[in-house]
Amino acid sequence: MAEARNTYRDGPDDQGHFGLFGGRYVAETLMPLILEVERAYDAARADPSYAQELESFLTTYAGRPSPLYFAERLTERFGGAKVYFKRDELNHTGSHKINNCLGQILLAKRMGKTRIIAETGAGQHGVATATVCARFGLECVVYMGAKDIERQKPNVFRMNLLGADVRAVEKGSATLKEAMNEALRDWVANVDDTYYLIGTAAGPHPYPTMVRDFQSVIGEEVREQMDAVEGRLPDTLVACIGGGSNAIGLFHPFLDDSDVRLIGVEAAGKGIDTGEHAASISGGNPGVLHGNRTFLLQEDGGQIRDAHSISAGLDYPGIGPEHAWLHLQGRVDYVSATDEEALAAFQLCSKLEGIIPALEPSHALSYVGKIAPELPADHLIVINLCGRGDKDVFTVADALGTEVGAGS
Amino acid sequence: MSALVAESRLTRRFEKLKEKNRAALVTFITANDPDPALFRQLLEGLPTAGADIIELGMPFSDPMADGPSVQLSSQRALQAGVSIDDVLGAVADMREWEMDTPVILMGYYNPIYRYGPAEFSEAAANAGVDGVIIVDLPPEEAEELNQHLRANNLHMIFLAAPTTDETRLPRVLDHASGFVYYVAVKGVTGTKSADVSEVSARVAAMRKQTDLPIGVGFGIRTAAQAAEMARFADAVVVGSAIVDIITDGIDKDRRPQPGLAARVLDFVKDLANGVQTARLGGDNETSVKTSTGAGA
Ligand SMILES: Cc1ncc(COP(=O)(O)O)c(C=O)c1O
Repeated sequence: MAEARNTYRDGPDDQGHFGLFGGRYVAETLMPLILEVERAYDAARADPSYAQELESFLTTYAGRPSPLYFAERLTERFGGAKVYFKRDELNHTGSHKINNCLGQILLAKRMGKTRIIAETGAGQHGVATATVCARFGLECVVYMGAKDIERQKPNVFRMNLLGADVRAVEKGSATLKEAMNEALRDWVANVDDTYYLIGTAAGPHPYPTMVRDFQSVIGEEVREQMDAVEGRLPDTLVACIGGGSNAIGLFHPFLDDSDVRLIGVEAAGKGIDTGEHAASISGGNPGVLHGNRTFLLQEDGGQIRDAHSISAGLDYPGIGPEHAWLHLQGRVDYVSATDEEALAAFQLCSKLEGIIPALEPSHALSYVGKIAPELPADHLIVINLCGRGDKDVFTVADALGTEVGAGS
Repeated sequence: MSALVAESRLTRRFEKLKEKNRAALVTFITANDPDPALFRQLLEGLPTAGADIIELGMPFSDPMADGPSVQLSSQRALQAGVSIDDVLGAVADMREWEMDTPVILMGYYNPIYRYGPAEFSEAAANAGVDGVIIVDLPPEEAEELNQHLRANNLHMIFLAAPTTDETRLPRVLDHASGFVYYVAVKGVTGTKSADVSEVSARVAAMRKQTDLPIGVGFGIRTAAQAAEMARFADAVVVGSAIVDIITDGIDKDRRPQPGLAARVLDFVKDLANGVQTARLGGDNETSVKTSTGAGA
């Protein structure tokens, strides 16, 4: 394990590397574009009017800050640590994805781009992108795997209502990985007017950094809110990991608080040992895909494997490069939860708290159900409840063998 | 200008063609597409059909810079089964009877990274490979592999794109070796048609900054288009149009129809004829400049 550092918050280097990870592994056609995005982002960051505009939209449009909620009945049920929810599912569009989309759409506007493309898995990022495009009057094309279109139908309809062109990607596993390939191909072919609005803390530099910065509002709020209610820092933070944007957003402001334990929960699908999972740290190794070096699910020969998760938002064979680095540093613990465990947590939270969570944070919740009983009553856990479960009701009904609308 | 790789099969081939005042025809096929047997048949036939340089695709599960044609062909090859060692094995076998035609491998970085950049470079050199093009390794990330390629006298061929502006071009050229591959369209392989006058203007501008041969590829589908590019470019790359003949010539189970190899090779003959006659008659003032360090 790496030696202790003064700070874990100073990455990446100027080439976009977090140690071995990150970087810019893209075709030459795209290189000038991502360099332009980087320059534009650096300029925006240095411009107070950009920060002001973003904050105003986060407040009046997205509904920030999201509340920190004491989940009393779950706490009672677990019988140990005190469990809080960071309620990012209450944001406009129903997940944390809007935080990033607002940041990037304001950037795209500054860059004079007129056409926005995005990839989506669960459809939450697609909906958030379609939403900001509607708001700012920009053309929007969303690539989505055909399998995900099937299992996240409500979101496809929402995107259509918002005026987005949702394009089905039939290739390979027809999920998020292929959607991202297709978005990259679109970008190469439409370099002049198009901005690629990546939805997670992955992809070529500067995306992992930019998305992290936009999502860090989650952790910053938690810091203040926890201080207000408990007068101190939380002890443990838990978040689910697809590409890792909601997790890095929660973790990053706490990386240098060594007493705060950070736990990322990957999707173990049908179980890590079945090979059908989406846990790139628990079940993968370093490789290069989609513009960055990170942990990937892959064959020995370097072909990328299809991921599996009941949750479309976690169904991705990679993870953001900063997480890969934090894993090697030993600063964050990466664990996993299966489809079945997530489904159980999904139902438990609905019944006990009156909150139907998305399947993605249900993974985080299920892990908390494992550790909370063992921890003392004054131990403070925060789960990033990063999405609401409306989009998942068909998937869950299917998994439970019930028919939606059948009545009961 | 540094000669990154002093002398090679590739520099010799460009020298020879320069003497003949004609461009090189570079043909792209994917290794083991649609199966090892047809691939070997094509490999055997390409030099006589007129391919001056053979470019072999090393299939990857996620070919992000490729259009539908090459995606399908990679998928078929992966279904047939193909590893880096299979590709290198095919090249090594070819080197038993064909010593002069350069072979360039084209692929994505991850399979090579898993194989090990040093191990790969050594194995590729031993097999008789002459250079590699790695689509997702821009100069900024390339040194990890390129140091080992150089040590094994292999060329790392870089792409320059329509988006590569004047300030960035030197960065690409600094690392380039063998030839510079100008991507003729803004887009993935096999989708758009290249605009000859635009491409020729860019190639002319690049000549002011490099002595390396300049190849042109992406969006060249016919013998006539190849001939137009061959008037001013030092190499013309045709890929998707060749691969499409394979796509059209197999059944659902990837079994080739009788005569498929001959059809592919006939098309290559057409292309070769176009490239070889491009500068005969009429304006042929553009010619291949001396490639750096050749004959040194
Ligand atoms: C609610 C929700 N949570 C989590 C994710 C996973 O993404 P990330 O790991 O980037 O937060 C998604 C992705 O679609 C999502 O919709």
